[in-house]
Amino acid sequence: MKPNQTEFKNTDPPYWVAWNQALASIRVRFSRHAITCLGIALGIAFFASMQMMSLGEASGPDAASQASRLKWLVLTSLIMCLVGVTNSMLMSVTERYREIGTIKCLGASDGFIVKVFFLEAALLGAIGSVGGSIFGAGLMGLVLAITEKFPGMGPFGLVVLLGTGIGIVLTVLAAIAPAIQAAKMPAAAALRIEV
Amino acid sequence: MPEVVVRTTNLVKQYGMGEAVVRALNGVSCEIYQGEYLSIMGPSGSGKSTLFNMIGGLDKPNEGSVFVNSVDIAQLTARELAFLRCHTIGYIFQTFNLISVRTALENVTLPMLFAGMQPDDADEKGMMLLDLVGLHNRYHHRPNELSGGQQQRVAIARSLANSPSIILADEPTGNLDLKTGKEIIDLLRKLNQEQGVTVISATHDLKMLDVSDRIFHIRDGQLAKVETREELSLQIGSVGGEEH
Repeated sequence: MKPNQTEFKNTDPPYWVAWNQALASIRVRFSRHAITCLGIALGIAFFASMQMMSLGEASGPDAASQASRLKWLVLTSLIMCLVGVTNSMLMSVTERYREIGTIKCLGASDGFIVKVFFLEAALLGAIGSVGGSIFGAGLMGLVLAITEKFPGMGPFGLVVLLGTGIGIVLTVLAAIAPAIQAAKMPAAAALRIEV
Repeated sequence: MPEVVVRTTNLVKQYGMGEAVVRALNGVSCEIYQGEYLSIMGPSGSGKSTLFNMIGGLDKPNEGSVFVNSVDIAQLTARELAFLRCHTIGYIFQTFNLISVRTALENVTLPMLFAGMQPDDADEKGMMLLDLVGLHNRYHHRPNELSGGQQQRVAIARSLANSPSIILADEPTGNLDLKTGKEIIDLLRKLNQEQGVTVISATHDLKMLDVSDRIFHIRDGQLAKVETREELSLQIGSVGGEEH
């Protein structure tokens, strides 16, 4: 028989427990996560290609007249990518409220739940945005190369880095916000939600 | 008098706001003893699941308090509550609620890892628990590869992971056929008798009555009647066990 527990010394399990949970989730729901990843990649590809185009055009002869129009394009692409990524990640959290509630019942701290989603999102975000920004910047680079406006490998690398950074940050933020909200919910409420 | 593991005082829980407010629980005070098999019975919407959630620390009451092992759980921080759920209470659900992406063994060992157990020890204990519920040869299967009865057995093994003093079962037989439901009830009763774990089960399955030490009848959010085994008109002879 267990003695009365009045002393509460709880520490989170080591990081690999959360990491295994995140990996298992990605492995088992592979196609679901592949689509999420593709969504992130496409959003970032659009942004990266617009960024690349603006760099290419800016080096061209009629740079001044193009500059403001391109600025708007880049901004629009960023917003579209933001909406796309946020939507993908929101879906992947909300469809798992029940799982969150269950894990809470097993004794997971709020922090553990957020950690799992953080790791998952960071991994998906990294894969999606590296792929997306290389694809987007590369494709636009090819198009620009045909018209001899390719801005060079330096700017190309910068665009890829920028796209990757923005992609990971957006993905993680978009996943963490609903995950924190879900983790803070009373377990009963999370279990009740049917998606 | 046996030791009290759970005590509630004047519990009130309401849902909704303003004029649409519904009182799911309306002043429930009760005591639950160490080592007993308690059934909470009542029709749908009577508040039994709400009471279950309150006792298990899954939800907070609007008024009144719940004491688990003399600790007022309303006073606990989120982290302390997680600790309580991890070590003191095992949960079993109508819909099994196994983690769909993990294998049977991983489902059972997860609470042990939360409790800080070493992975090898956790695996060993997990296999022992799966053996106890008769599923050690299916340890590497994922929940969707198991039948309903098998999933509920895994859930029972999981609920025992950290040797809790209380098992809370919310309609554990609700999604199972008659025969499998009976097996699950027998398993719970066996664990209750052999391991001395307190079983609290919300149910409207009459099969539960045979094995219960006491029965709480909930009506309209209130504790309408408490029956002990001796008083049961439905009593079916041969079940042994201690009486209070």
